Amino acid sequence: MQQALLDYTLYLSDNSLILGQRNAAWCGHGPVLEQDIAITNITLDLIGQSRILYQYAAQLKGGDATEDSLAFLRSEREYKNCLLVERPNGDWAQTILRQFLFSCFQRELYTQLTKEKDSTLAAIATKALREVSYHYRWSREWVLRLGDGTAESHTRLASALENLWPYTGELFKGADYELALGLDPAMLYTNWLSAVQSTLKEATLSLASFASCFMQTGGKTGIHTEELGFILTDLQYMQRTYPGCDW
Amino acid sequence: MNGTHLHTEATQACWELMDQIYDPEIPVLSLNDLGIVRVIEVKSPPADAGIIEVTITTTYSGCPAMDWIANTIKMELSTLGYQSITIKHTIFPAWTTDWMAERGKEKLKAYGIAPPEKRFNIPTDGIPCPQCKSEHTRLLSEFGSTSCKALLQCQDCGEPFDYFKCH
Repeated sequence: MQQALLDYTLYLSDNSLILGQRNAAWCGHGPVLEQDIAITNITLDLIGQSRILYQYAAQLKGGDATEDSLAFLRSEREYKNCLLVERPNGDWAQTILRQFLFSCFQRELYTQLTKEKDSTLAAIATKALREVSYHYRWSREWVLRLGDGTAESHTRLASALENLWPYTGELFKGADYELALGLDPAMLYTNWLSAVQSTLKEATLSLASFASCFMQTGGKTGIHTEELGFILTDLQYMQRTYPGCDW
Repeated sequence: MNGTHLHTEATQACWELMDQIYDPEIPVLSLNDLGIVRVIEVKSPPADAGIIEVTITTTYSGCPAMDWIANTIKMELSTLGYQSITIKHTIFPAWTTDWMAERGKEKLKAYGIAPPEKRFNIPTDGIPCPQCKSEHTRLLSEFGSTSCKALLQCQDCGEPFDYFKCH
Protein backbone atom coordinates (compact mmCIF):
# COMPACT_ATOMS: atom_id res chain seq x y z
CA MET A 1 0.00 0.00 0.00
CA GLN A 2 2.86 2.37 0.89
CA GLN A 3 4.45 1.55 -2.49
CA ALA A 4 1.19 2.30 -4.30
CA LEU A 5 0.89 5.63 -2.50
CA LEU A 6 4.46 6.51 -3.41
CA ASP A 7 3.96 5.55 -7.06
CA TYR A 8 0.73 7.48 -7.21
CA THR A 9 2.31 10.59 -5.68
CA LEU A 10 5.14 10.34 -8.20
CA TYR A 11 2.61 10.00 -11.02
CA LEU A 12 0.95 13.25 -9.92
CA SER A 13 4.22 15.13 -9.48
CA ASP A 14 5.75 13.86 -12.72
CA ASN A 15 2.67 15.05 -14.62
CA SER A 16 3.03 18.56 -13.20
CA LEU A 17 6.79 18.75 -13.59
CA ILE A 18 6.90 17.57 -17.20
CA LEU A 19 4.08 19.83 -18.32
CA GLY A 20 5.73 22.67 -16.42
CA GLN A 21 9.04 21.96 -18.17
CA ARG A 22 7.28 21.90 -21.55
CA ASN A 23 5.42 25.15 -20.94
CA ALA A 24 8.55 26.84 -19.59
CA ALA A 25 10.03 26.69 -23.10
CA TRP A 26 7.49 29.39 -24.06
CA CYS A 27 9.05 31.88 -21.64
CA GLY A 28 10.05 34.84 -23.79
CA HIS A 29 8.40 33.34 -26.88
CA GLY A 30 4.67 33.81 -26.20
CA PRO A 31 2.60 35.36 -29.02
CA VAL A 32 2.02 38.54 -26.98
CA LEU A 33 3.44 39.70 -23.68
CA GLU A 34 0.29 39.03 -21.60
CA GLN A 35 0.04 35.45 -22.85
CA ASP A 36 3.75 34.87 -22.38
CA ILE A 37 3.23 35.91 -18.75
CA ALA A 38 0.12 33.75 -18.47
CA ILE A 39 1.77 30.55 -19.66
CA THR A 40 4.81 31.13 -17.44
CA ASN A 41 2.53 31.77 -14.46
CA ILE A 42 0.83 28.46 -15.16
CA THR A 43 4.28 26.89 -15.34
CA LEU A 44 5.14 28.29 -11.92
CA ASP A 45 1.97 26.81 -10.46
CA LEU A 46 2.69 23.42 -12.02
CA ILE A 47 6.29 23.30 -10.84
CA GLY A 48 5.19 24.50 -7.41
CA GLN A 49 2.67 21.67 -7.23
CA SER A 50 5.28 19.17 -8.31
CA ARG A 51 7.67 20.39 -5.60
CA ILE A 52 5.10 19.89 -2.86
CA LEU A 53 4.25 16.45 -4.25
CA TYR A 54 7.92 15.42 -4.56
CA GLN A 55 8.52 16.52 -0.97
CA TYR A 56 5.72 14.21 0.09
CA ALA A 57 7.03 11.41 -2.13
CA ALA A 58 10.51 11.80 -0.62
CA GLN A 59 9.00 11.47 2.82
CA LEU A 60 7.14 8.31 1.76
CA LYS A 61 10.25 6.87 0.15
CA GLY A 62 12.46 7.63 3.13
CA GLY A 63 16.22 7.11 3.12
CA ASP A 64 18.11 9.94 1.46
CA ALA A 65 15.42 10.75 -1.11
CA THR A 66 14.72 14.46 -1.56
CA GLU A 67 12.48 16.45 -3.88
CA ASP A 68 15.57 17.16 -5.97
CA SER A 69 16.79 13.57 -6.20
CA LEU A 70 13.33 12.49 -7.35
CA ALA A 71 13.17 15.14 -10.05
CA PHE A 72 16.77 15.11 -11.21
CA LEU A 73 18.04 11.58 -10.73
CA ARG A 74 15.35 9.28 -12.04
CA SER A 75 15.44 7.92 -15.58
CA GLU A 76 12.63 7.74 -18.18
CA ARG A 77 11.50 4.32 -17.05
CA GLU A 78 11.08 5.59 -13.51
CA TYR A 79 9.01 8.59 -14.61
CA LYS A 80 5.28 7.92 -14.44
CA ASN A 81 3.81 10.98 -16.17
CA CYS A 82 1.08 10.46 -18.71
CA LEU A 83 2.13 10.66 -22.36
CA LEU A 84 -0.05 13.72 -22.99
CA VAL A 85 2.20 16.09 -21.01
CA GLU A 86 5.36 15.06 -22.84
CA ARG A 87 3.90 15.83 -26.30
CA PRO A 88 5.92 18.55 -28.05
CA ASN A 89 4.81 22.16 -27.73
CA GLY A 90 4.17 22.38 -31.48
CA ASP A 91 2.49 25.68 -32.23
CA TRP A 92 0.46 27.83 -29.83
CA ALA A 93 -2.69 25.84 -30.70
CA GLN A 94 -1.12 22.54 -29.68
CA THR A 95 0.27 24.00 -26.44
CA ILE A 96 -3.12 25.51 -25.60
CA LEU A 97 -5.06 22.36 -26.37
CA ARG A 98 -2.65 20.18 -24.37
CA GLN A 99 -3.07 22.55 -21.41
CA PHE A 100 -6.84 22.56 -21.78
CA LEU A 101 -7.19 18.77 -21.99
CA PHE A 102 -4.87 18.37 -19.02
CA SER A 103 -6.38 21.16 -16.88
CA CYS A 104 -9.84 19.66 -17.42
CA PHE A 105 -8.43 16.38 -16.20
CA GLN A 106 -6.59 17.91 -13.23
CA ARG A 107 -9.74 19.73 -12.23
CA GLU A 108 -11.70 16.47 -12.00
CA LEU A 109 -8.81 14.58 -10.42
CA TYR A 110 -8.05 17.14 -7.72
CA THR A 111 -11.75 17.54 -6.94
CA GLN A 112 -11.82 13.80 -6.28
CA LEU A 113 -8.60 13.97 -4.25
CA THR A 114 -9.87 16.71 -1.93
CA LYS A 115 -12.06 13.96 -0.46
CA GLU A 116 -9.22 11.44 -0.34
CA LYS A 117 -8.50 9.78 3.00
CA ASP A 118 -4.79 10.49 2.74
CA SER A 119 -4.82 13.94 4.34
CA THR A 120 -1.60 15.18 2.71
CA LEU A 121 -2.84 14.45 -0.81
CA ALA A 122 -6.19 16.00 0.08
CA ALA A 123 -4.45 19.17 1.32
CA ILE A 124 -2.28 19.41 -1.80
CA ALA A 125 -5.31 18.90 -4.03
CA THR A 126 -7.28 21.58 -2.18
CA LYS A 127 -4.45 24.06 -2.63
CA ALA A 128 -3.81 23.17 -6.27
CA LEU A 129 -7.45 23.11 -7.31
CA ARG A 130 -7.75 26.89 -6.96
CA GLU A 131 -4.79 27.34 -9.29
CA VAL A 132 -6.09 24.77 -11.75
CA SER A 133 -9.38 26.62 -12.05
CA TYR A 134 -7.43 29.56 -13.51
CA HIS A 135 -5.53 27.29 -15.92
CA TYR A 136 -8.81 25.76 -17.01
CA ARG A 137 -10.55 29.07 -17.65
CA TRP A 138 -7.59 30.55 -19.48
CA SER A 139 -6.95 27.58 -21.76
CA ARG A 140 -10.67 27.16 -22.42
CA GLU A 141 -10.94 30.77 -23.61
CA TRP A 142 -8.04 30.22 -25.96
CA VAL A 143 -9.55 27.01 -27.35
CA LEU A 144 -12.70 29.02 -28.15
CA ARG A 145 -10.75 31.90 -29.65
CA LEU A 146 -8.64 29.67 -31.89
CA GLY A 147 -11.34 27.19 -32.87
CA ASP A 148 -13.92 29.84 -33.62
CA GLY A 149 -11.37 32.35 -34.93
CA THR A 150 -9.88 32.53 -38.39
CA ALA A 151 -9.70 29.68 -40.91
CA GLU A 152 -6.01 29.37 -40.12
CA SER A 153 -6.43 29.20 -36.33
CA HIS A 154 -9.28 26.70 -36.75
CA THR A 155 -7.15 24.45 -38.94
CA ARG A 156 -4.30 24.57 -36.45
CA LEU A 157 -6.50 23.70 -33.51
CA ALA A 158 -8.13 20.87 -35.47
CA SER A 159 -4.72 19.48 -36.28
CA ALA A 160 -3.65 19.79 -32.62
CA LEU A 161 -6.74 17.80 -31.66
CA GLU A 162 -5.79 15.08 -34.11
CA ASN A 163 -2.27 14.97 -32.68
CA LEU A 164 -3.25 14.94 -29.03
CA TRP A 165 -6.47 12.97 -28.83
CA PRO A 166 -4.81 9.52 -28.96
CA TYR A 167 -2.98 10.45 -25.74
CA THR A 168 -6.10 11.22 -23.70
CA GLY A 169 -7.32 7.65 -23.21
CA GLU A 170 -4.47 6.79 -20.88
CA LEU A 171 -5.62 9.35 -18.31
CA PHE A 172 -8.66 7.23 -17.51
CA LYS A 173 -7.09 3.81 -17.61
CA GLY A 174 -6.20 2.92 -14.04
CA ALA A 175 -2.60 1.90 -13.37
CA ASP A 176 -2.01 -0.76 -10.71
CA TYR A 177 -1.10 1.85 -8.11
CA GLU A 178 -4.29 3.82 -8.75
CA LEU A 179 -6.48 0.75 -8.48
CA ALA A 180 -4.67 -0.42 -5.34
CA LEU A 181 -5.59 2.88 -3.70
CA GLY A 182 -9.18 2.66 -4.88
CA LEU A 183 -8.70 5.69 -7.12
CA ASP A 184 -9.97 4.43 -10.44
CA PRO A 185 -9.63 7.36 -12.89
CA ALA A 186 -12.35 5.86 -15.10
CA MET A 187 -14.76 7.55 -12.68
CA LEU A 188 -13.55 10.94 -13.88
CA TYR A 189 -14.16 10.27 -17.55
CA THR A 190 -17.81 11.34 -17.91
CA ASN A 191 -17.32 14.77 -16.36
CA TRP A 192 -14.09 15.34 -18.24
CA LEU A 193 -15.59 14.38 -21.56
CA SER A 194 -18.62 16.56 -21.13
CA ALA A 195 -16.47 19.62 -20.29
CA VAL A 196 -14.19 18.92 -23.26
CA GLN A 197 -17.04 18.19 -25.62
CA SER A 198 -19.04 21.30 -24.80
CA THR A 199 -15.98 23.52 -25.17
CA LEU A 200 -14.97 21.96 -28.48
CA LYS A 201 -18.49 22.31 -29.76
CA GLU A 202 -18.48 25.99 -28.89
CA ALA A 203 -15.12 26.22 -30.64
CA THR A 204 -16.75 24.68 -33.75
CA LEU A 205 -14.75 21.44 -33.51
CA SER A 206 -16.09 17.94 -33.29
CA LEU A 207 -14.93 14.68 -31.77
CA ALA A 208 -17.07 12.62 -34.14
CA SER A 209 -14.15 11.29 -36.18
CA PHE A 210 -12.36 10.07 -33.04
CA ALA A 211 -15.06 7.64 -31.93
CA SER A 212 -12.88 4.58 -32.50
CA CYS A 213 -9.51 6.30 -32.06
CA PHE A 214 -6.66 4.02 -30.98
CA MET A 215 -5.40 5.18 -27.59
CA GLN A 216 -1.71 5.23 -26.72
CA THR A 217 -0.75 4.04 -23.26
CA GLY A 218 2.39 3.39 -21.27
CA GLY A 219 3.52 6.62 -19.65
CA LYS A 220 1.90 5.89 -16.32
CA THR A 221 3.90 2.69 -16.01
CA GLY A 222 7.16 4.14 -17.31
CA ILE A 223 6.92 3.27 -21.01
CA HIS A 224 7.32 6.65 -22.69
CA THR A 225 7.60 8.13 -26.14
CA GLU A 226 11.11 9.14 -27.17
CA GLU A 227 10.24 12.74 -26.31
CA LEU A 228 10.71 12.19 -22.58
CA GLY A 229 14.38 11.34 -23.00
CA PHE A 230 15.01 14.71 -24.60
CA ILE A 231 13.03 16.52 -21.91
CA LEU A 232 14.97 14.83 -19.10
CA THR A 233 18.29 15.45 -20.82
CA ASP A 234 17.54 19.15 -20.69
CA LEU A 235 15.98 19.08 -17.23
CA GLN A 236 18.63 16.95 -15.55
CA TYR A 237 21.79 18.07 -17.33
CA MET A 238 23.24 20.17 -14.51
CA GLN A 239 22.67 17.61 -11.75
CA ARG A 240 23.96 14.76 -13.90
CA THR A 241 27.07 16.66 -14.94
CA TYR A 242 27.83 18.37 -11.64
CA PRO A 243 26.24 16.10 -9.01
CA GLY A 244 24.92 18.03 -6.04
CA CYS A 245 25.60 21.43 -7.60
CA ASP A 246 23.81 24.29 -5.95
CA TRP A 247 23.56 28.05 -6.47
CA MET B 1 5.12 20.06 28.27
CA ASN B 2 3.86 23.28 26.82
CA GLY B 3 6.21 26.16 27.42
CA THR B 4 4.71 28.47 24.81
CA HIS B 5 2.70 30.58 27.27
CA LEU B 6 5.83 31.17 29.31
CA HIS B 7 7.41 33.11 26.46
CA THR B 8 4.59 35.50 25.65
CA GLU B 9 6.82 38.54 25.44
CA ALA B 10 9.45 36.85 23.28
CA THR B 11 6.73 35.54 20.97
CA GLN B 12 5.13 38.97 20.73
CA ALA B 13 8.49 40.46 19.73
CA CYS B 14 8.76 37.92 16.92
CA TRP B 15 5.29 38.75 15.64
CA GLU B 16 6.26 42.41 15.63
CA LEU B 17 9.37 41.50 13.69
CA MET B 18 7.17 39.92 11.00
CA ASP B 19 5.70 43.38 10.47
CA GLN B 20 9.15 44.56 9.46
CA ILE B 21 9.65 41.93 6.75
CA TYR B 22 8.10 42.84 3.44
CA ASP B 23 7.09 40.73 0.47
CA PRO B 24 9.90 41.16 -2.09
CA GLU B 25 7.46 41.40 -5.00
CA ILE B 26 4.89 43.66 -3.32
CA PRO B 27 7.09 45.67 -0.98
CA VAL B 28 4.22 47.47 0.77
CA LEU B 29 2.88 44.27 2.33
CA SER B 30 4.46 42.82 5.44
CA LEU B 31 4.32 39.11 6.16
CA ASN B 32 1.55 39.83 8.69
CA ASP B 33 -0.41 41.85 6.14
CA LEU B 34 -0.26 38.87 3.79
CA GLY B 35 -1.20 36.42 6.51
CA ILE B 36 1.42 33.85 5.59
CA VAL B 37 2.99 33.39 9.04
CA ARG B 38 0.81 30.78 10.70
CA VAL B 39 2.56 29.82 13.95
CA ILE B 40 5.46 31.19 15.97
CA GLU B 41 6.65 28.90 18.70
CA VAL B 42 9.41 30.10 20.98
CA LYS B 43 10.77 26.95 22.55
CA SER B 44 13.48 28.74 24.43
CA PRO B 45 13.95 32.54 24.54
CA PRO B 46 17.13 34.23 23.24
CA ALA B 47 18.37 34.80 26.77
CA ASP B 48 18.40 31.04 27.18
CA ALA B 49 19.20 28.60 24.32
CA GLY B 50 17.25 30.65 21.72
CA ILE B 51 15.24 27.97 19.98
CA ILE B 52 12.32 28.92 17.76
CA GLU B 53 10.06 27.35 15.17
CA VAL B 54 8.12 29.41 12.64
CA THR B 55 5.46 27.91 10.39
CA ILE B 56 4.72 29.71 7.13
CA THR B 57 2.38 28.94 4.27
CA THR B 58 2.72 29.68 0.59
CA THR B 59 0.27 31.89 -1.29
CA TYR B 60 0.44 30.06 -4.62
CA SER B 61 2.24 26.68 -4.85
CA GLY B 62 4.95 28.02 -7.12
CA CYS B 63 5.49 31.41 -5.51
CA PRO B 64 9.22 32.05 -6.08
CA ALA B 65 9.40 34.45 -3.13
CA MET B 66 9.00 31.70 -0.52
CA ASP B 67 12.67 30.71 -0.28
CA TRP B 68 13.67 34.35 0.05
CA ILE B 69 11.03 34.89 2.72
CA ALA B 70 12.13 31.83 4.71
CA ASN B 71 15.78 32.94 4.59
CA THR B 72 14.92 36.49 5.58
CA ILE B 73 12.89 35.32 8.57
CA LYS B 74 15.90 33.28 9.67
CA MET B 75 18.27 36.21 9.31
CA GLU B 76 16.00 38.63 11.12
CA LEU B 77 15.31 36.21 13.98
CA SER B 78 19.02 35.70 14.44
CA THR B 79 19.36 39.45 15.07
CA LEU B 80 16.99 38.95 18.02
CA GLY B 81 19.45 36.39 19.36
CA TYR B 82 17.89 33.12 18.28
CA GLN B 83 20.44 30.38 17.71
CA SER B 84 18.35 27.54 16.40
CA ILE B 85 15.68 28.60 13.93
CA THR B 86 13.46 26.13 12.14
CA ILE B 87 11.14 27.25 9.35
CA LYS B 88 8.31 24.84 8.70
CA HIS B 89 6.09 24.98 5.64
CA THR B 90 2.45 24.09 5.77
CA ILE B 91 -0.17 23.97 3.02
CA PHE B 92 -3.13 23.15 5.19
CA PRO B 93 -5.41 24.97 5.58
CA ALA B 94 -4.75 26.47 2.16
CA TRP B 95 -3.87 30.17 2.18
CA THR B 96 -6.66 32.51 1.22
CA THR B 97 -6.84 36.26 0.66
CA ASP B 98 -9.36 36.27 3.55
CA TRP B 99 -6.29 36.16 5.79
CA MET B 100 -5.01 39.41 4.39
CA ALA B 101 -5.23 42.20 6.97
CA GLU B 102 -7.60 45.10 6.19
CA ARG B 103 -4.73 47.55 6.58
CA GLY B 104 -2.87 45.45 4.00
CA LYS B 105 -5.69 46.01 1.52
CA GLU B 106 -5.51 49.77 2.15
CA LYS B 107 -1.75 49.72 1.61
CA LEU B 108 -2.21 47.82 -1.66
CA LYS B 109 -4.67 50.41 -2.93
CA ALA B 110 -2.35 53.27 -2.04
CA TYR B 111 0.46 51.44 -3.87
CA GLY B 112 -1.64 51.19 -7.06
CA ILE B 113 -2.77 47.56 -6.80
CA ALA B 114 -6.49 46.83 -6.54
CA PRO B 115 -7.01 44.70 -3.40
CA PRO B 116 -8.87 41.36 -3.47
CA GLU B 117 -12.62 41.70 -3.22
CA LYS B 118 -15.12 38.92 -2.63
CA ARG B 119 -17.53 40.20 -5.26
CA PHE B 120 -14.78 39.69 -7.84
CA ASN B 121 -14.05 36.08 -7.01
CA ILE B 122 -13.04 35.62 -10.63
CA PRO B 123 -11.12 38.55 -12.12
CA THR B 124 -13.38 40.38 -14.52
CA ASP B 125 -14.20 43.80 -15.96
CA GLY B 126 -15.32 46.40 -13.43
CA ILE B 127 -12.76 45.97 -10.65
CA PRO B 128 -12.35 49.54 -9.32
CA CYS B 129 -9.28 51.40 -10.57
CA PRO B 130 -6.93 52.09 -7.64
CA GLN B 131 -5.94 55.42 -9.23
CA CYS B 132 -9.22 57.13 -10.12
CA LYS B 133 -11.75 54.75 -8.47
CA SER B 134 -13.63 54.29 -11.75
CA GLU B 135 -15.40 50.96 -12.20
CA HIS B 136 -15.21 51.39 -15.95
CA THR B 137 -12.27 48.97 -16.23
CA ARG B 138 -11.37 46.08 -18.48
CA LEU B 139 -9.64 42.76 -17.72
CA LEU B 140 -6.57 42.35 -19.91
CA SER B 141 -5.30 39.07 -18.49
CA GLU B 142 -6.10 36.76 -15.59
CA PHE B 143 -2.35 36.44 -15.08
CA GLY B 144 -0.37 39.49 -14.03
CA SER B 145 3.22 40.25 -13.09
CA THR B 146 3.13 37.67 -10.26
CA SER B 147 1.05 34.53 -9.65
CA CYS B 148 -1.25 36.35 -7.25
CA LYS B 149 -2.28 39.16 -9.60
CA ALA B 150 -4.40 39.81 -12.70
CA LEU B 151 -3.91 42.69 -15.14
CA LEU B 152 -6.59 45.28 -15.88
CA GLN B 153 -6.83 48.65 -17.55
CA CYS B 154 -8.94 51.63 -16.55
CA GLN B 155 -11.08 52.90 -19.41
CA ASP B 156 -11.40 56.35 -17.85
CA CYS B 157 -7.90 57.32 -16.72
CA GLY B 158 -6.24 54.84 -19.08
CA GLU B 159 -3.94 53.44 -16.41
CA PRO B 160 -3.15 49.71 -16.54
CA PHE B 161 -3.16 48.19 -13.04
CA ASP B 162 -2.71 44.95 -11.16
CA TYR B 163 -5.53 43.28 -9.25
CA PHE B 164 -4.60 41.07 -6.31
CA LYS B 165 -6.75 38.05 -7.10
CA CYS B 166 -9.32 36.79 -4.61
CA HIS B 167 -8.05 33.36 -3.69
